[in-house]
Amino acid sequence: MFVPLDALSENQQPVVRVDQMTVVRRRVVLRNISFAVPMGSVTGLLGPSGSGKTTLIRTIVGLQARASGTVEVLGLPAGSASLRREVGYVSQAPSVYPDVTVRENLRYFASVLGLRGEPRAQAVRRVLSDVDLTALAGTVVGRLSGGERSRVSLAVAFLGTPRLLVLDEPTVGLDPVLRRDLWALFGRQARHGTTVLVSSHVMDEADRCDRLLLLREGRLLAAGDRGELLARTGTVRAEDAFLRLVEAPHSLEAG
Amino acid sequence: MTVPAGREARTVFATARRVLGQLAHDLGTVALILALPCVLLILLRWVFHGVPGSFARAGPQLFGVFPLIVMYLVASVATLRERVNGTLDRLLCLPMRRLDLLLGYVVAFGVLAVAQAGIATGLAVGVLGMRVAGPVWLLLLAAALDALLGLALGLLTSAFARTEFQAVQYLPAVILPQFLLCGLFVPPEAMDGTLRLLADTMPMTYAVQATSRIATEPGITSALLADLAAVTAFLLACLILGAFTLRRRTP
Repeated sequence: MFVPLDALSENQQPVVRVDQMTVVRRRVVLRNISFAVPMGSVTGLLGPSGSGKTTLIRTIVGLQARASGTVEVLGLPAGSASLRREVGYVSQAPSVYPDVTVRENLRYFASVLGLRGEPRAQAVRRVLSDVDLTALAGTVVGRLSGGERSRVSLAVAFLGTPRLLVLDEPTVGLDPVLRRDLWALFGRQARHGTTVLVSSHVMDEADRCDRLLLLREGRLLAAGDRGELLARTGTVRAEDAFLRLVEAPHSLEAG
Repeated sequence: MTVPAGREARTVFATARRVLGQLAHDLGTVALILALPCVLLILLRWVFHGVPGSFARAGPQLFGVFPLIVMYLVASVATLRERVNGTLDRLLCLPMRRLDLLLGYVVAFGVLAVAQAGIATGLAVGVLGMRVAGPVWLLLLAAALDALLGLALGLLTSAFARTEFQAVQYLPAVILPQFLLCGLFVPPEAMDGTLRLLADTMPMTYAVQATSRIATEPGITSALLADLAAVTAFLLACLILGAFTLRRRTP
């Protein structure tokens, strides 16, 4: 049923390599997952709610115990201490302090990343402008709307210079204009060499990604280049490709 | 890979600054932390009004109890919030040592503990007429250590709590047995062997013994130093254990 669309060339080391990974938490949440994420791409992890996206993401950032198989990030086992500077992670719930201001939050996380003085001030200004929150920098996070809070959380991940950004549904509930701007920002990050892995349950967002991982009921339906996936399934939109893979998987296995 | 030692210290102070920033936005909590032991001491003085000698005995003992309980609650709720917010997961994914996070809390709440101890000591000695045979600064130090012990106990036990309900349930489970055995009701010397042994394993026993000694014994005795050392040892043990129990991975 799984359709591997392309194999990475031998000499290119993937940023994320998952091989025959299974997660069992009372039931099987992820079953025999294998894929690779190449450097400098925007990879979309698409699937309906409950398909295992968050568990897969937590496995990649090393927060999920009981994952069998191989999960490697930058050639190291996921969750290795030396990866903490290299991997930026944004969970689905805004993980910031609600009782201090946006700027105080960013200053704190920047300090934890080892920044201080002018570089820290610069990083804070840069990420505030990245997520369009400069005007609200002095506002206590608890008084912001849900969308604004998740942007603060997103901004924290941009503070350092991670080589891999792992974002769990960062665009849920956002204004379409802002959503477009954020996807443009992810694209810019990727062009500057940061690999971006974004999850979403909105299939339309797949069309903004270079590569796709399609997940359904804990199984990976497809992994690879978006254009190739569309060509292989004879569709023009990721949503149709997803349906085709679910409904007629066997017709695609040959070739 | 070696990391310069200054980095850890900066992380500790950045965390302390952030915690104090959170408190600055929540002055109601600060007022409660500072005022609560005072209100309890006033109430105690009033309760013992017609019973001569009772406040002189129980006052210093409860000096070893109130700051501990107040700080214990604050700490367990603060850590639980960190966990529920998702900020704990986030911090554990950043280049930060778990112990440095806890030490950040200790520095921030340490500032508050010293202020709390100062106000409570001033009130008890200056206004309520609690007699202290030893140096007053030592009582202040004991009260501050006691508050920090409460903080460390709170940080440790909240690592086991999954919900707010559980965190609140840990108060009677962790604090009340210590309260019963700390010597307030029956001095440890008068307890039977097993009970005495149990009392000796509980940190509050040493905190209460220390404040009692400061009130009754002039000068600094070796027994007092032993009690203060025991309180400090429990404090450090709770912190180190707390750092180990901050779990990074979820099942």
